Amino acid sequence: MDLDPLLLSRIQFAFVISFHILFPSFTVGLACWIAVLEARWLATGNALFRSLSEFWTKIFAISFGMGVVSGIVMTYQFGTNWSRWSDIVGNVLGPLIQYEVVTAFFLEAAFLGILLFGRDRVPRGIHFMAAVLVAFGTVLSSFWILSANSWMHTPAGAELRDGRFYVTDWWQVVFNPSFPYRLAHMLTAMFLTTSFVVAGISAFYLIRNRFLEHARVGLSMSLALITVLAPLQIFLGDEHGLNTLKHQPAKIAAMEGNWEGGTRAPLILFAIPDNEAEKNHFEIGIPALSSLILTHDFDGAVPGLKQFPVDQRPNPEILFWTFRIMVGLGMIMLLVALTHLVLRIMGRLYTPNWFHRVLVACMPIGFVAILAGWFTTEIGRQPWVVYGLVRTADGVTPALSGGAVLFSLVTFMVVYALIYGFGTYYLIRLLKIGPSAPVEEEHPQAMQEAHRPKRPLSLPGESIEPAE
Amino acid sequence: MEGSLLTLAWVAIIGFAVFMYVLMDGFDLGIGILYPFAPSEEARDVMMNSVAPVWDFNETWLILGGAGLFAAFPIAYAIVLPAMYLPLLLMLIALIFRGVAFEFRFKARTSRHVWNKAFFLGSLLATFAQGVVLGSFIQGIEVQGRNFAGGMLDWLTPFSLFCGLALIAGYALLGSTWLVWRTIGRLQDWCFRTARRLLIVVLVMVGIVSLWTPFLEPAIAQRWFSVPNILLLSPVPLMVAVLAFGLWRSLDEGREVLPFAFAMGLFALSYLGLAISLWPMLIPPRITVWEAASPPETQVFLLIGMAFLIPTILVYTAYSYWVFRGKVTGAIGYH
Repeated sequence: MDLDPLLLSRIQFAFVISFHILFPSFTVGLACWIAVLEARWLATGNALFRSLSEFWTKIFAISFGMGVVSGIVMTYQFGTNWSRWSDIVGNVLGPLIQYEVVTAFFLEAAFLGILLFGRDRVPRGIHFMAAVLVAFGTVLSSFWILSANSWMHTPAGAELRDGRFYVTDWWQVVFNPSFPYRLAHMLTAMFLTTSFVVAGISAFYLIRNRFLEHARVGLSMSLALITVLAPLQIFLGDEHGLNTLKHQPAKIAAMEGNWEGGTRAPLILFAIPDNEAEKNHFEIGIPALSSLILTHDFDGAVPGLKQFPVDQRPNPEILFWTFRIMVGLGMIMLLVALTHLVLRIMGRLYTPNWFHRVLVACMPIGFVAILAGWFTTEIGRQPWVVYGLVRTADGVTPALSGGAVLFSLVTFMVVYALIYGFGTYYLIRLLKIGPSAPVEEEHPQAMQEAHRPKRPLSLPGESIEPAE
Repeated sequence: MEGSLLTLAWVAIIGFAVFMYVLMDGFDLGIGILYPFAPSEEARDVMMNSVAPVWDFNETWLILGGAGLFAAFPIAYAIVLPAMYLPLLLMLIALIFRGVAFEFRFKARTSRHVWNKAFFLGSLLATFAQGVVLGSFIQGIEVQGRNFAGGMLDWLTPFSLFCGLALIAGYALLGSTWLVWRTIGRLQDWCFRTARRLLIVVLVMVGIVSLWTPFLEPAIAQRWFSVPNILLLSPVPLMVAVLAFGLWRSLDEGREVLPFAFAMGLFALSYLGLAISLWPMLIPPRITVWEAASPPETQVFLLIGMAFLIPTILVYTAYSYWVFRGKVTGAIGYH
């Protein structure tokens, strides 16, 4: 069998980045949520907020640790497997990644130590500031990495000379045409992801009749945020889609499963796209709706795949479905938001079991939506690595042997499965133990002595496996 | 462009980042290497606690070095990384296990021994892989045009493997002197003894690497042994002898902070020696820093930010270390 280093490198990249993205998707929102809890604790002195913050900080620590180690892999992946790409785009994207490191990574890492271990070593105000800076760091990190990613979709501010990009305008590079849309869409997605996890866990405690005080606060805050963000996200997604239509029409054609293009295009709800036959099987659609959504006019013309040469088309067999999964999940999020609104107005938010069960079931919804969305946008960029200018096939490392990539791919899969398994196991144990009872600070000094954390990324009294 | 100040500034920044990484992750990897040999399980807790709040930060310098290379010398990034495909894979996997061990070890009870092993093996193999990468970098990389042109196993030579072993001893020395500074009692006594033994091993190994390197490349021999270089550069080995003596004395006298300072000094001199051997090659034996530099518009754009950000980073690094200053004592509230 002939091992293709290009295909294997693509699979490896998809695998390590999909694994990695799960953690920032969760921790960016979580860091902000912790900062908000710390702020409320500081403002009200209500110990409930402190105990809730400590509980979520433990969960944050595990998730962030896994995010860091899987992130280091990404930094090296670019050079080891995509050395041509690194050389071609290094002048443009290198600085963006570097800025991510020096503005965000160091900030997060330095203040994470204080956030986790420093509560008794620094004044309250500094500890709160550490929480805010960690959160700020995670958002800054998203800013730079999404700018770099967007540039590959909508390159601007640089020219290709002798096979390498040279920057002509940094402002245009950083704020390239798809970046504001992608940033808004992704940040909202990350906040939604965290909100659904917080809502799900709070609902789980309500069902089990445990930690009721904590659970009510968590449920109320997360659902309130979902109610704002779910509709906003649908709007942002639509805007992002229109931006894609302008810059990457072939991607839109593949997402819509539209082969012919033209006016009065139907919105296809179900189809099995077929690349060989260049048509869809079992197509069910609503007439003219796709034209309406994309051009805001029933008679608007939309792109079709056949308008593009075969070797410049992304694969609709995958995109058609990943896109529908994302949109479908977005609609479920909206439904949850509306249901919550009705229940809250009726004053029954904390009582009905069925709604809490729905929330528990919805816990992974944000992660799945984010993965589906990224599969859509990244596979939709193919066959280009820098859209319209550099092909993915021209980015791979020439000296790479298929055997070496197969070896590394299998290694990553085994190791990540192991780490993910253990991480999930410890997270579930943490959730089962739940937050500690709020302690009113009558003797803050004595309590601090007893609780001074000495343990790596851990807080006292939380060994979570049963003793032997 | 030859002699460009901008490029020189970037060499300095990346050189600084890599050195910071070697020092800072060096001592915490060293603690992982010493880990299973510690006198007791309580001592192991203390060892891990002494670096828990800072390890993540220390490792960030590794990303800075990698990303800096990508930005300021993209071709070096594109050539060196593929050449080191397998040792880098080993390093990454080892760092993954080691990083999550911090997290998982204290969440676990019945499975704690798994994470003890992961912490030790992760630290050991990550260090070994870094030494191998360093060794194979010194011995040179086969380049054609703008690409790595060698095989996937080119890195595998007796010299690179020996460098791997030497770095293990070096990091362990850093780790043991750090612990002399930050611990007390039995663990500290043990570290005093261990640091002394490690010092001898490190000196022997550094000596062998220093004598071996000139044989790999005539240009390096020329650099060190021609007249008048041999005289001008003689302070480097002399300073090594002075610092080694100082380290030995300070351990004898039971000094607490000095040994770590001397150990860092030894690393700085080895690093300087390496720079003297290779300068101005960025990808030995043929591609210079001038040829590999990214264009001025890229380097300037980054430099403006760095001028503010690196000092800021150093300030809050210092603050973070200061918050966690003092001796790390017994394991409070473990069970």
